[in-house]
Amino acid sequence: MESVLLRARGVADSRSLDTYLAAGGYEGLKKALGMSADAVTKEVLDSELRGRGGAGFPTGRKWTFVPKDHPGPRYLICNADESEPGTFKDRELIEHDPHMVLEGIAIASYAIRAYIYIRGEFVRWAQLLEEAIAEARKRGCLGRDVMGSGYDVDIWVHRGAGAYICGEETALIESIEGKRGFPRLKPPFPAVVGVFGKPTVVNNVETLACVPHILTRGARWFASIGRPRNTGPKLFCVSGHVAAPGVVELPLGVTFREIIYEHCGGILGGRKLKAFFPGGSSAPIMTASEVDVRADFDACAEAGTMLGSGGVIVLDETVDMVEAAANLAHFYAHESCGQCTPCREGSDWCKDILDRMVAGHARAGDPETLLRICRFASGGMTICPLGDAFALPISSMVKKFHEDFERRIAASTPLPQKKLPVMPWAGPRPGFGE
Amino acid sequence: MATRAITSLTIEEARQVAFDAAMEARISELLARYPTQRAALLPVLWLCQDRFGWISPGVIAAVAERLGESPAYIQGVVTFYTMFATQPPAKYVLQACETLSCAVCGGTELIEHIERRLGIKPGEKTADGVFQLVGVQCLGACGGAPVVQINDDYYEKVDPTSLDALLDELAGRA
Repeated sequence: MESVLLRARGVADSRSLDTYLAAGGYEGLKKALGMSADAVTKEVLDSELRGRGGAGFPTGRKWTFVPKDHPGPRYLICNADESEPGTFKDRELIEHDPHMVLEGIAIASYAIRAYIYIRGEFVRWAQLLEEAIAEARKRGCLGRDVMGSGYDVDIWVHRGAGAYICGEETALIESIEGKRGFPRLKPPFPAVVGVFGKPTVVNNVETLACVPHILTRGARWFASIGRPRNTGPKLFCVSGHVAAPGVVELPLGVTFREIIYEHCGGILGGRKLKAFFPGGSSAPIMTASEVDVRADFDACAEAGTMLGSGGVIVLDETVDMVEAAANLAHFYAHESCGQCTPCREGSDWCKDILDRMVAGHARAGDPETLLRICRFASGGMTICPLGDAFALPISSMVKKFHEDFERRIAASTPLPQKKLPVMPWAGPRPGFGE
Repeated sequence: MATRAITSLTIEEARQVAFDAAMEARISELLARYPTQRAALLPVLWLCQDRFGWISPGVIAAVAERLGESPAYIQGVVTFYTMFATQPPAKYVLQACETLSCAVCGGTELIEHIERRLGIKPGEKTADGVFQLVGVQCLGACGGAPVVQINDDYYEKVDPTSLDALLDELAGRA
């Protein structure tokens, strides 16, 4: 497949506006400005582009949810929070081709105000975006009266400050409003009541980077890549035990075997594949025998997992699943915002149990306890999907790699007996006479 | 790549802070980007952390005053996010990723190496105030595992040898 999203990789001075313009950049915006907003949305609908951030929701449909007759401002937010473990594609796009992202934002938002919410750790990449915006503004590709169309497109970079949860769109909106990143109950959906109470579309960086190509080359061209309902090029971020980790661009619907063995050099050191996460650590894990599943939204859903962000984390035969699960439990327990009890307590309990198992003190009922905790935290028990995000991978690891958990139980030693603490109210009370 | 050292106010100096004209101008610019004053909070806190090194109670009071919020509100937001320092940081803060892709690619051993080399545990600073180690969750650069972020810069595919060389260089500059 020709490089579409990664075409600037390896090109000299790829970030500059001149390089981008020479490659046909901002043609999509020019075309969009000559069309009605409805026609632009129709083109994106026809391309069958689905959101690349994790949920895979049809982008064009998301846009149509914004009330057309809404008086006052509406907003577009580009989600560059990229915090899902195993995901590192948006940074790549920003680093090599920031104008592709900006053009996508401009097309999606023309005549409305847009923010790019970028994770706090990406200091350098936030600077790259600021530079690209300044350059595009100076040359009339963004800012007041874009390309003489009479429309203004303002894009502001808003840095997060270290919170995985702010990649969830309503938490992100709260964070832009200057609050703690607590997800909001839906409905109302952001398309109706979003940032500052106004209709808001939140799209991922990669999703928006697809938009200029859809406009310049047409919906039909885009839909011809990949498979029905799963169209277009996709960035897969491959990490863990592969010989050549990194971001690869492939049509949706390739198999995970192709991704791992043909495009990432196979398993490191010639060892055997044990398992992989297909779409970030929040997707249920897959075993080596599932490596021929197609990497697209529908095939992954059919296989009981999800394509998510396309972050493929590869684990070889040396990995102990109890340790891997404990590692992820630490992540989710740390990142739960704490609003909902099943997620706040559940992720922490999983962490405690898995830590105890790793320390060599597994108990007979531990796998069942983990599964029970996960069941109570998933399937709509929490305001946002973070409950599912820890419960689904951890329960899938317990179920699919039961033998790793059983081995821990068989080799377990009991916890050293601790003397019970003396209850503070049982002893003499200072200050009360005596 | 020249990682910039953090210069921070001491606890004494940070008791009371004031914004100079340049900072005021920058804050006005930030406020103009949003329809509400409160929305400028994260950018203003970043501005303060860049300038003062950390978000002290004095900084919180000044930001609260400027944005018309209560200090308690600002404190609540500051403590929700992991990247705002509420203690004076070292000159170089090493944020070592602990999450899965890094952990299986030598990240755990790398953190142990840093602990031994600097004689500190995650969360601690060296006695001379030059280095600080923080274990962090996924930095979003898993293709370059193991990853260490030092102040504003990412260092990818780090091993004990390359890290030692880097720390020597930074210590020489400090």
